Amino acid sequence: MKLGMSDRSEQPISEPARQPGAAPVLWSSTRPASGTSGAAPGPVSIEARHIHKTFGRYTALQDVSLTVNDGELLALLGPSGSGKTTLLRVIAGLESPDPHSESRLIFAGRDVTGEDVGQRRVGFVFQHYALFRNMTVFENIAFGLRVRPRKQRPSPASIRDKVRELLALIQLESLADRYPTQLSGGQRQRVALARALAIEPKVLLLDEPFGALDAKVRQGLRRWLRRLHDTVHVTSLLVTHDQEEALEVADRIVVMNHARIEQAGTPEDVFHRPASEFVMDFMGSVNLFHGRIEGGKAVFGPLALDHAGAGAVDGQTARLFVRPYDLHIDRRNTGKPSLRARVQRIQAAGPQVRVELQAETGEAVVVEIPHPQFRETAIAPGDEVFVALRDAKVFTEDYSI
Amino acid sequence: MNGRAASKDPAVLQWALTLAALAFLAVFVVLPLINIFGQAFEKGWQTYVAALTDPDALSAIRLTLLATGTAVACNLAFGIAAAWAIAKFQFRGKNILITLIDLPFAVSPVIAGLIYVLIFGAQGWMGEWLDAHDIHIIFAVPGIVLATTFVTFPFVARELIPLMQSQGTEEEEAALSLGAGGWQVLWRVTIPNIKWSLLYGVVLCTARAMGEFGAVSVVSGHIRGLTNTMPLQVEVLYNEYNFTAAFAVASLLALLALASLTAKTLLEFQMRRAAAEQAVEGNPEA
Amino acid sequence: MKGNWFHQRSILPGFWPSLGVSMLYLSLVVLVPLSAIFLKSATVSWADFWAAISSPAALASYKLSFGASFGAALVNALFGFLVAWVLARYHFPGKRFVDALIDLPFALPTAVAGIALTSLYSENGWIGRRLVPLGIHVAFTPLGVLVALVFIGLPFVVRSVQPVLEDADLELEDAAASLGANRWQTFIKVIFPAVRPALLTGFAMAFARALGEYGSVVFISGNMPLRTQITPVLIVSRLMQFDYAGAAALAVVMLVASFALLLLINIAGSYSRRYMEAR
Repeated sequence: MKLGMSDRSEQPISEPARQPGAAPVLWSSTRPASGTSGAAPGPVSIEARHIHKTFGRYTALQDVSLTVNDGELLALLGPSGSGKTTLLRVIAGLESPDPHSESRLIFAGRDVTGEDVGQRRVGFVFQHYALFRNMTVFENIAFGLRVRPRKQRPSPASIRDKVRELLALIQLESLADRYPTQLSGGQRQRVALARALAIEPKVLLLDEPFGALDAKVRQGLRRWLRRLHDTVHVTSLLVTHDQEEALEVADRIVVMNHARIEQAGTPEDVFHRPASEFVMDFMGSVNLFHGRIEGGKAVFGPLALDHAGAGAVDGQTARLFVRPYDLHIDRRNTGKPSLRARVQRIQAAGPQVRVELQAETGEAVVVEIPHPQFRETAIAPGDEVFVALRDAKVFTEDYSI
Repeated sequence: MNGRAASKDPAVLQWALTLAALAFLAVFVVLPLINIFGQAFEKGWQTYVAALTDPDALSAIRLTLLATGTAVACNLAFGIAAAWAIAKFQFRGKNILITLIDLPFAVSPVIAGLIYVLIFGAQGWMGEWLDAHDIHIIFAVPGIVLATTFVTFPFVARELIPLMQSQGTEEEEAALSLGAGGWQVLWRVTIPNIKWSLLYGVVLCTARAMGEFGAVSVVSGHIRGLTNTMPLQVEVLYNEYNFTAAFAVASLLALLALASLTAKTLLEFQMRRAAAEQAVEGNPEA
Repeated sequence: MKGNWFHQRSILPGFWPSLGVSMLYLSLVVLVPLSAIFLKSATVSWADFWAAISSPAALASYKLSFGASFGAALVNALFGFLVAWVLARYHFPGKRFVDALIDLPFALPTAVAGIALTSLYSENGWIGRRLVPLGIHVAFTPLGVLVALVFIGLPFVVRSVQPVLEDADLELEDAAASLGANRWQTFIKVIFPAVRPALLTGFAMAFARALGEYGSVVFISGNMPLRTQITPVLIVSRLMQFDYAGAAALAVVMLVASFALLLLINIAGSYSRRYMEAR
C-alpha cells in the first residue's frame, strides 16, 4: 500500500557514499580495516561470559559465552526462540542477564556489566525501526547528539554538519524534512541506522533489521549494509533468522538454538564443516538417511562408509546428511558407493534441475543437478538410477564426524 | 458512511425517522440552549453586560478559573504519572488500579462534596484540629478546589492509558539507547506522541471542572463574593428571582460549553488522523 | 535483576516514582475520602442506620430517584437508538453539526441545564405555556425530574450505539434480504441483536448518571419532601441539619447502587466485546 509520495519508490541503492580522504571522517578514532578472512586476531570488542536469562519459566539464554572481534561483522543466526535477540538485547543493556557469579559483559576491556544502556555507547537498530514518529528524519538522526549533557553536547552547527554527512552516507539528503510515516520501509531502516551511527557507537547492534521488508528490498539493503560496514568499520552484531543473509554479509557466524550456541565460525566453516546436525540442517537443504555403526563403519543400507570418528561405538545409531548438489545420478553402477533409487518427480524449471527420488532404503531423496548433466543422463520419472555420494557428513548420537 | 444501507430503507421511512430524531433533539437539546440566551438578553444588552461585570459575578468567575486551573493541573500531572506506570510496565493489580481511577465517575456529585465535609467539616475527623489552627477548608476556597479535583479526577488518565498502552515502549527504548535520560525520554519522545489525547483529556477535564455544581455546592457555603463559583452564582441569582442575571452568567457557561465542544470535535479529528497514520506505520509495505 | 513477584524489571526509568505518586494521589483524593462515608456509617448502630435509610422521606426519594432515572434511561434508550440510527445510516444537511450537538448535555454545566429546563417548562416558558392549558404540568413535578434526566442521559445511549451501527456488517443484511426477509424482519433478527449489548451498556450508563444527578434536577423538581425530592437533595438537607450520620447512611445506599451498576456496565461491556470478537 503506497502512501502516494512520488519519491518514496525505492531508488537502486548504490554504494554508501565514501568520504573524501583515506580514513572515514565520521569516527574520531581511526581503525585499521579488519581482515577479510574470518577469524581475525587482534583486539576484542565485545566479550560476553556465562550469560543466563530466564523470563519466568522460559529459558532464553543458557550459559552463553561469546567473543566479537574488533571491527568485524558478526551474525547471530538461529530460528525464532533460539535466544539470539535476547542475547543482543542483553549486550545492549535493554535486558539484564540473570545475576550469576561468573556473568560478565566486557566492551574493549571495560566491564560494562553494571552500566545501563545509555552509558554503553551502543547503537541499536530495532526490527521495526522505532523511529520517533513526531520528529523529522533530521531530528531523528540528531536526537542522540541533542540529548547529551550540556558539557558534552556539540554545537548546533556541528550537529547539523554531522547529520548532513550521515544523510549523505545513507543517500537520503532530500528526505531530511520528512516524517517517518512518509517514508518506505527501506528508507526508514536506513534512517534508523544513521540515527544509531550518529552517536559514534563503539558497537552497532542490529535486531533483524530487514525482517519486515520485501525480498527484493531486503537483498539490496543487505548488500548496502555490508558496503557500509566496509566503509565505516564499526564492530557490528547482526541478528537474523535468514541463513542466506548471514552467509552473504557476515565475517563470522554464530549459530544459536534453544538458548545455546551451536557453532561459531566463518561462513565457510559453518556451511561446509557444520559441528552438529542442527547447524547442517539449518544452513541449507539436506537429505537425511538413518543407519547405524557396524564393524567400525557407518552403515546405511548398502552404503558402508569409513569413518574415523572418535568414540564411535558399534550399535550406535548414525545419521547421514548430504546436500542435494553433493549427489550424483548415474544410469549404471559406476563402482562408487551408491544407492539404487526410483525417480518420482522432475522439476526442470529453475537454476538447477531438482529430482525427487525414492531410495531403496525407503527414504525420500532430493538431488540437484545442473541442466547439461540432466540432458546427458536423460532420466525420466519411473526410471531406476544409481545415486552416488560426493560429500557427506555422518553424525552419531552426540558426536559428529 | 453507509450509502448502501440508506438505499435499503424506503425513502418515506428514512424521512420519517430523520424528522422524528431531529424533532426529539430539537425539543430536548436545542430549545433549552436557545432559551438560555433568550432569557439572558430579554432585558437587552446593557443589562446583560451589567450582570457580568457585577463584582460578585467577577469574583465567581475568578474562583471558577482558580479551582479549574488547579484541578486540571493536578489531574494532568497525575494522569501522566499513572499512565506512565500502567502503560510502560508490567505489574500485578494493574486492572484494579485502572478501576479505582474510574471510581469518581460512579459517585454522585453530592456525595463527592459530602466526603470532604465528613473529613474537614466542623464536625468532621479533622474539624477540631483545623479549627485550632485556623485553617478553613470547608466553606472556603480549598474545599472547592478539592471537590472539583475529585469529580474531574479520571479524565486525563482515561484518555492517556489506552493510547500509551497501544504505543508500546520501543521508541522509549530507542531513546534510552541513544543516551537520553529519563526526563528527556518523557519530554521529547513520550509526550509528543500523546499530545492530541493529552489535550483532549485536558479539554474534557476543564469543561467538567468549570461546570461542576453538586459537589461544590455542598462544600462551598454559598458565601457571595467569596465561595461562589459561576454555577453557584447562577443558583444564587436564580433563587433570588434575578432571572436575567442568572441567565447572563449561565450564558457565559453555555458559551464555554460550546467552545469545549468545538475543541473536542477538532481534537477527535486529529486523534483519528494520528491513529490512522500509526496503523500504516505498523505495516511497512516495502 | 530478575522480575520479582510484583513487577517485571524494565530498563525504562521511573516505575516506583510514577506508581508511588499515583497511588498517593489516588489515596488522598479519592480512596480515603470515600472511605469516610463507610466509616461514618459504621459508627452508628445498625438500628440507627436502618432508620436513616428507611425513613418515609428516604423511601420516597428512592422511588423518585430510581424510578425517574429508570424511566429517563428507557426514554433515552428508545430515542437515543433512533438518533444513533439516523446519524449512522442516513444523510441530511447539517448532519455533522447535529452529531457534535449530541455531546452538549455532557458538556453543559448541570446548573445551567437546570435553570434552562425549568424556565422552559414553567408556566410562562416556551413549552410550558403550551402544556399547562392541556393539564400537563412538567415543572415542579416528577415529570419534570424525568425530563431533566432525559436531557443529561441522552449522549450515553447515542454514543454507545452509534459506533456499533457504523461498524455493522452490511453483508449480513444483504444475506437476510436475499433469503427473503423483509426490512422489519431483518431489523429484528439481524441488526438489533448485534446492537443489543451496546444498547444495554448505554442504558446502564444513562441510568447510573441519572441516579447521581443533582444540578439539573434540583431546580425543576421543586424539592418538595416526599413528593419531588431526589435522594441527593435529601442528603444535602441532612447535611444542612448537621445530621452527618444520616447523610452518610443515604450515601452508602447510593454508592452501593452505583457500584452495582458499574459492575453491570463492565459485564455488559465485556459481553459485547466477546460478541464482536466472535464475528
